Amino acid sequence: MDVHSPFMPTTETVFQKTGENTMIVNMGPQHPSTHGVLRVICELEGETIVRAKCVIGYLHTGMEKEAESQTYQKCVVMTDRMDYLNANGNNLAHALAVEKLLGVEVPRRGAYLRVILTELSRVASHCVWLGTHALDLGAMTPFFYIMQEREEVLDMFEMFSGVRMMPSWIVPGGLRGDIPEGFEVKLRAFLADFPTKLQVVEDLLVENPIWKERTQDVGVLTGKEALELGCSGPIARASGVAWDLRKSNPYSCYEEFDFEIPVGEVGDVYDRFLVRIAEMKESCRILQQAIDGLPEGPWNTTDKKVAPPERHELDNSMEAVIHHFKLWTEGYRPPVGEAYAGIEGSKGELGFYVVSDGSNRPYRWHERPSSFMNLKTLEVLAPGRLIADLIAIIGSVDIVLGEIDR
Amino acid sequence: MPIPVVEGERLDVRKVRERFGPSLVKVKEDRGETFLCVETGRLPEVVGFLKDDPELDYGYFSECVGVDYSAWKHERDLPGRFEVVYNLMSLRHMSRVFVKVAVDDGQSVPSLKHLFLGAEYPEREVQDLFGVVFEGNEAVPGERFLLPDDWVGFPLRKEFPLGGEDVVFALGTTGPAVEDVAAPHAGESFEGKTGTEDVSGR
Repeated sequence: MDVHSPFMPTTETVFQKTGENTMIVNMGPQHPSTHGVLRVICELEGETIVRAKCVIGYLHTGMEKEAESQTYQKCVVMTDRMDYLNANGNNLAHALAVEKLLGVEVPRRGAYLRVILTELSRVASHCVWLGTHALDLGAMTPFFYIMQEREEVLDMFEMFSGVRMMPSWIVPGGLRGDIPEGFEVKLRAFLADFPTKLQVVEDLLVENPIWKERTQDVGVLTGKEALELGCSGPIARASGVAWDLRKSNPYSCYEEFDFEIPVGEVGDVYDRFLVRIAEMKESCRILQQAIDGLPEGPWNTTDKKVAPPERHELDNSMEAVIHHFKLWTEGYRPPVGEAYAGIEGSKGELGFYVVSDGSNRPYRWHERPSSFMNLKTLEVLAPGRLIADLIAIIGSVDIVLGEIDR
Repeated sequence: MPIPVVEGERLDVRKVRERFGPSLVKVKEDRGETFLCVETGRLPEVVGFLKDDPELDYGYFSECVGVDYSAWKHERDLPGRFEVVYNLMSLRHMSRVFVKVAVDDGQSVPSLKHLFLGAEYPEREVQDLFGVVFEGNEAVPGERFLLPDDWVGFPLRKEFPLGGEDVVFALGTTGPAVEDVAAPHAGESFEGKTGTEDVSGR
């Protein structure tokens, strides 16, 4: 019987040998260090990589196609599933893009709560990166310590949304609700505790000679190269590009917070490690300021065509009932046009490009995936390095396949 | 520091207009973003100019997006079925500009791979999902990018159905026919009902 599977490796057809003494080795898509279903085909000469090619698409689920048949509110849940480690960031980018289309402003409390959620998401995402990156390079201990901290963050997500990884809490027009009772106490306790816990993990690695041996001067990328490759976020910053969208093009009240942009000098794997560690500390500073200065007031926009009315309004206002009904059956109709909103996600610039034709569903709905653009660095950095260094580089690029394949 | 505005016009728009004249078909301002609609053939020149001009310095290639406008009922910026929108950013001015080109079915867009290596992936993605070919960045025949290699068609085109295809199982049998499933809309064709058209049951 001729059984054809589209997932059968077709290494020979897409990747031909170029040298006499080389061999082709397939890595993935089930390799543990590829963090998902990334497949890298390498041409090796001995243990040195001559050429590498990424094969992606194993997780492609056509979210952008599906979004075109969903109302804007329903698209929100798909954004979490893209970069599932930084779900709040995706929600925020999508919300900002749709709000730009609608011309809706979110009150300050809403913006502050969004900052709290996205910064927590950034910390959680970097925790996973740190744990798995160290695990890939043979350091198993940091994984256990740092995943415990991530659990604390996920517990907080569970407190307000009931969901640990995919909260879908930031929606166009504001948030699904205010933070619950007890959240502030929990967050303050986390902020008091986390820096010392992070320090423990940091101390295990920063001066560790084996760690330095494996990461220093590996995968060096210059700032100009990084930008031409479309790299942003910690990778560009590790290469000396002091650029952070939170500072350069502030959104969601980020201009009101005081924080630094950590920058690397060499642009190697070690610098990316240092930059991300420093970013976690800066995130904690932002979180502290946000929770201290959290303004009172509404967290949702007052435009009732976009944000649902509160429960008590439904009891005595016919208008509220109509708005509620229209919103959940039909949704809202942004004016014709296109909008792009980009935020500083945990892995780089994370943006949404949405085209509206005036109906209640997006005409075109596209994410600018940061991991997807960063992935290209792998093919650039791998040649000339040992195959063991490739593992270090993959870890330092911090990819999430859900976002790459969408 | 935002991009300087000279006589009510952004510096980048002004410079491109002076340099390329009628090849800059239209300048659109939409919700604070600037879109430069240019002739498809001159795209590499325009983007190269934006990148290399020391006063503009658009050195960061953010991405490119394809859009299929075949079901669009409103005014268009450019004639042609597909639009490819390039998103560039200048870290000198921290400003963003979008460069748009239009292309019809069967035509191709010049690739920007030689200017920005990062353009390779998003261009391949647009080619894979829309069937817009990028000259200089063609896929190996028989190889798809995001889709399985044996996939037929371009899913993000508006006429591509969202569902309703037969599912082929590994043992050679097809799955339950769509008509057999006791679902309220079984057997109904989804042809032409994607995108913003009304799809029953949704």
